[in-house]
Amino acid sequence: MNPLKKFIFELQEVTSLIISAFVGLFKKPFYLVDLIKQMDIIGVGSLPIVLLTGFFTGAVLILQTFPTLAYYGVQNEAGRSVATSLIRELGPVLSALMVSGRIGSAISAELGSMVVSQQIDAMRSLGTDPNRKLVAPRILALIFMLPFLTVAADIFGIVGGGVVASGLFNQSFDTFLSSVQNGITIEDIIGGVIKPLFFGLIIGSVSCHKGLSTVGGTVGVGRSTTSAVVLSSIVVIIFDFFLSRALQSILDTKPI
Amino acid sequence: MLSPQEIEEPVTTEEIIVEELEPTDLEDAVDNIERAVPAIEFRDVYLAFDDKVILDHVNFTVRRGETKVILGRSGGGKSTTIRLILGLLKPDSGQILIDGEDITEYNEVEMMNVRKKIGMVFQEGALFDSLSVYDNVAYRLHEQGVAEAEVEKEVRRMLHFVDLEEAIDKMPSELSGGMRRRVGIARALVGDPQIVMFDEPTAGLDPPTARTICELAIKLRDLEDVSSIFVTHEMKNIEYLSSEYATVNEDGEVVFELEGEKLCMINTEIIMLRQGHIIFSGKDEQLRATKDPYILKFMRGK
Repeated sequence: MNPLKKFIFELQEVTSLIISAFVGLFKKPFYLVDLIKQMDIIGVGSLPIVLLTGFFTGAVLILQTFPTLAYYGVQNEAGRSVATSLIRELGPVLSALMVSGRIGSAISAELGSMVVSQQIDAMRSLGTDPNRKLVAPRILALIFMLPFLTVAADIFGIVGGGVVASGLFNQSFDTFLSSVQNGITIEDIIGGVIKPLFFGLIIGSVSCHKGLSTVGGTVGVGRSTTSAVVLSSIVVIIFDFFLSRALQSILDTKPI
Repeated sequence: MLSPQEIEEPVTTEEIIVEELEPTDLEDAVDNIERAVPAIEFRDVYLAFDDKVILDHVNFTVRRGETKVILGRSGGGKSTTIRLILGLLKPDSGQILIDGEDITEYNEVEMMNVRKKIGMVFQEGALFDSLSVYDNVAYRLHEQGVAEAEVEKEVRRMLHFVDLEEAIDKMPSELSGGMRRRVGIARALVGDPQIVMFDEPTAGLDPPTARTICELAIKLRDLEDVSSIFVTHEMKNIEYLSSEYATVNEDGEVVFELEGEKLCMINTEIIMLRQGHIIFSGKDEQLRATKDPYILKFMRGK
């Protein structure tokens, strides 16, 4: 199969997976317990890694940009530059990449292991649709929790930036925070929350698809796990460009 | 020679006819239309993956209460046959009927109803790792929203059938291979399916444990009138399934008796697959009497 055909086939499979998972949401049985469990694993479980990522991203942003801003005499705008960079772009993308590595790999490995040990076949033979029982709770949990994780990463990123600005560059925290407050707009916040919704859908659907299409035993599980992380990360980054452009037009976002 | 009493009170023609023509169980079975419909029927089923033909226009039936043993080498299409019956795969052509119902073109939602009649015992059990033995066996009932008191009663009944009540709270990782298979059987039997399929249930097990699994299959055939497909490549399993039957003694215990010289119908037939074709179909006596070199080599190992 040539690469284009393969891509279209995979896109069809992923779309079909998403549709069957969401159509099943409105029929009994409702897998609420599974959804809550996944929200706990994804949301609470990913919090430490996302907060760390946010904190050090904000810190390194200030570390790299403060000297340049000071050279041009606009060091008081440091808070604004960190906040808008994080909220518009770095917070959503880096949180998605961290979650893709942690949760995307876990989902594809778990589902892949279930495929090779015939647990998915057993589930179907016992009258349960794996798309409704396994896929839908995971995708929904990612869509719900990634925005919260992103906001948490943004907050910690701003704090990290403030710590470096005050600790290394002797800027008062109040100056830093005022700059943050003056720089953030409601459009930035809306955009920063919309992006994770889509990223959650991408990570969930790609990881579930890769896991459920595992072939080749335990070696296949490793392959599909790697493939899930790489593919979902690349799609997030590419999709981010187009989504950013679309949000700029729709929300009429001001320049930084 | 008639007694003086019989001479004085002659038997009428009608009474003779009624007495001589009293229906037997076999005739009852034939007259009962439902029993005449096969539990499983393959009609000209063809399936190929890329260039490899898995099943090449295969025809066979499994009658009510019959155990059909499917023999063959690894990769010969045995497990694929089971996956086709469950609707996990679709054939390229031909028809598959379950209880007379054509399921060939059924979608996943329609197959869910059909699967309620079928219990499936997977190789190595295929238990859900994150659930306990209790939750594994109760799975179907939990999905259906059955009340917990009834679930527990049914789970204990099934675990008693497979003699594993003491493992009820254990996790699959704590069980031996044989115990996992038996829990898999218990899980498959919840809901009293009339068709049960065993996919190499004794692979990798020691002889006594393999024997236990076969005894469960025999019990289902003889005491529960279950129709089943038993996929295997082990000749010992055929010997058990074809020569022994289960019965309940005066103390209410299940005992296994050899067919021996007793006249009885052990409801087991064997089919053998080779490269997608059925090369043998019949009873174990016919299998043992065959002169086909391939089959002889399969049975003897050389």
